[in-house]
Amino acid sequence: MTAVLVFLDNPGATLARSERELLSLASTLGDVSAALAEVPGQAFLDGVGSYGVQEYYRPEDASVADVLVAGKAAFLAEAVRASAADVVLLGNSYEAKEIAARAGIRLEAGVITDVVGLDADLTATKADFAGSYTVTCRVTTDIAILTVKPNSVEAAEAGLPSSPREILLPVEVPRAAARVTGRADKPVSGRPGLAEARVIVAGGRGVEGNFAPLEDLADALGGAVGASRAATDAGWIEHSAQIGQTGKTVSPQLYISVGISGAVQQRAGMQTSQVIVAVNKDADSPVFEIADFGIVGDLFSVLPQATEEIRKRGL
Amino acid sequence: MDEVPAGLRVAVLVKHVPDAQFDRHIDAEDLTTVRNESILSELDEYALEAALQLVEAQGGSAAGHRVTALTMGPSAAVGAVKKSLQIGADDGVHLTDAALGGSDAAATSKALAALLEHTGPFDVVLTGMASTDGETSLVPAQLAERLSLPQVTFAASLELAREDTGWTLTARRDNDTFAETVVAPLPALVSVTDQINEPRYPNFKGIMAAKKKQIRILSLADVGLDADEVGPAGSWTRVEAAAPRPPRTQGIVITDEGDAGIRLVDFLAGQKLL
Ligand SMILES: Cc1cc2nc3c(=O)[nH]c(=O)nc-3n(C[C@H](O)[C@H](O)[C@H](O)COP(=O)(O)OP(=O)(O)OC[C@H]3O[C@@H](n4cnc5c(N)ncnc54)[C@H](O)[C@@H]3O)c2cc1C
Ligand SMILES: Nc1ncnc2c1ncn2[C@@H]1O[C@H](COP(=O)(O)O)[C@@H](O)[C@H]1O
Repeated sequence: MTAVLVFLDNPGATLARSERELLSLASTLGDVSAALAEVPGQAFLDGVGSYGVQEYYRPEDASVADVLVAGKAAFLAEAVRASAADVVLLGNSYEAKEIAARAGIRLEAGVITDVVGLDADLTATKADFAGSYTVTCRVTTDIAILTVKPNSVEAAEAGLPSSPREILLPVEVPRAAARVTGRADKPVSGRPGLAEARVIVAGGRGVEGNFAPLEDLADALGGAVGASRAATDAGWIEHSAQIGQTGKTVSPQLYISVGISGAVQQRAGMQTSQVIVAVNKDADSPVFEIADFGIVGDLFSVLPQATEEIRKRGL
Repeated sequence: MDEVPAGLRVAVLVKHVPDAQFDRHIDAEDLTTVRNESILSELDEYALEAALQLVEAQGGSAAGHRVTALTMGPSAAVGAVKKSLQIGADDGVHLTDAALGGSDAAATSKALAALLEHTGPFDVVLTGMASTDGETSLVPAQLAERLSLPQVTFAASLELAREDTGWTLTARRDNDTFAETVVAPLPALVSVTDQINEPRYPNFKGIMAAKKKQIRILSLADVGLDADEVGPAGSWTRVEAAAPRPPRTQGIVITDEGDAGIRLVDFLAGQKLL
């Protein structure tokens, strides 16, 4: 039987959808255990247990997390050894990829990032060149480490909550390491996270600092708000909202691009969305080349009208 | 002979990548990236700029500090080093060998680690946040692991201070839900994001000066590696197939005549997206 280890980074109060997806994918592959570098809350643990996980690993010394990446990677490598895992699954955040990267060197294990599909025989599917290629690849070492993009697999129904057994592992943190000396939480919006959202309304320079019409539309659709780099660079919205080559790569069911011209670096982050809608007042904007539905018009009249119409229809 | 300067030695890893402004391709036969129309990776320009700013803040080359641009890749990849020299790096190194083609991140980091050990020691090794072709962001973390260097990655700001105990780097790193401050002693491995600076362009003076700068060309044997430690033989992953996706096609485009918001909602309803 294949042994699968799922690394869950930065546990929240309860399991996030992307974490439920990881645990669901893992359980299609074999026997699942979990690794958590931080101390989780009980509700989170019960959630992990509800996916059939009976054991989870934690470092004896929780300060591994105070050392940037190196500490968690050392812990993950120990947990892989302790669980005799053949397959290791992680999320796809920058930090998760880095933890995977270093654990890979420690374990002499191949790492594949940005996985959107995984067969039972561990053939992984991913997109390359900003979504212009579909690539299938495999790890050729005994242990396979994969970082999986959110929204790639369906999260299975959870079973009954149950608390998995904790196994503490001694971890030797590399001495040559960078220390995290400060942490400032960012404001939380109450909207879904970009990586997980089914609907994203994204704004660019055309928004001219006023995201309110986009937020209203996003809320009417239960969606998240994203941005182009021009909008985040201008300081109109948090940098973590940036979509594109150096921001997030998203593939929601619906991406509404508003006041964004559609430069290659922006497209790199959104062109695998299922349906793309674009609102731009310039008919020659490249974004219209990839839009399923384009509106040449002023966002400040089109968006409020659409939001009002959705509300009117009682949707 | 290289003279060993007393100042800081900064390495910048620069990659030669296909220009994303054009269509990019994967060779249907050997499943590797087609490298025509390649340029210095845009994201590595931020690393080079960060390197130049770090040493300039400490007195620059006049104070004995030195920035070396290193690349690994086929013969044309030397273009990335040449461009770096024009922008302001002091010297360059090109690791090139037929056996390196088809290396995954593990094999690439192995080769680059050997290259850095052979040409170092360096006080700071700077990289981009991702290569714009492979886009894995694995190589910097793997280099830190292989070289046992403190890892300061995805830095959105960088400061170097001299203390009694030696040099200390302080960086800001943005996560989704929090921002962190990270501190490391030198030597360290640093990757930077595109938030950190505005990369400068080469100017005429820089282009002329670059002609006199030295580029060392090294082979695998020069850095002490065997052919089977890199390339497909030394890789831990394998590409099995690559297929171009059909490009997105343009859908309907309407011009607002006062009712576009309503027509948008009609479209969403028709697609069952409400
Ligand atoms: C290394 C590198 C990395 C990058 N990474 C990213 C990235 O990750 N993500 C990203 O987005 N960009 C990225 N960029 C920047 C990218 O190249 C573009 O500069 C950027 O996407 C432009 O943003 P924009 O479309 O909002 O602005 P613009 O190109 O200025 O477009 C604004 C648009 O708004 C329209 N508009 C104006 N007013 C209105 C109105 N009232 N109603 C409707 N439409 C209106 C205009 O017609 C125009 O098309 C990167 C660039 C580099 C060099
Ligand atoms: N072949 C290479 N030559 C030089 N630097 C490289 C090479 N491959 C990766 N790098 C460096 O590692 C960074 C991250 O690359 P990657 O892990 O491929 O996304 C790049 O921005 C470069 O600085």
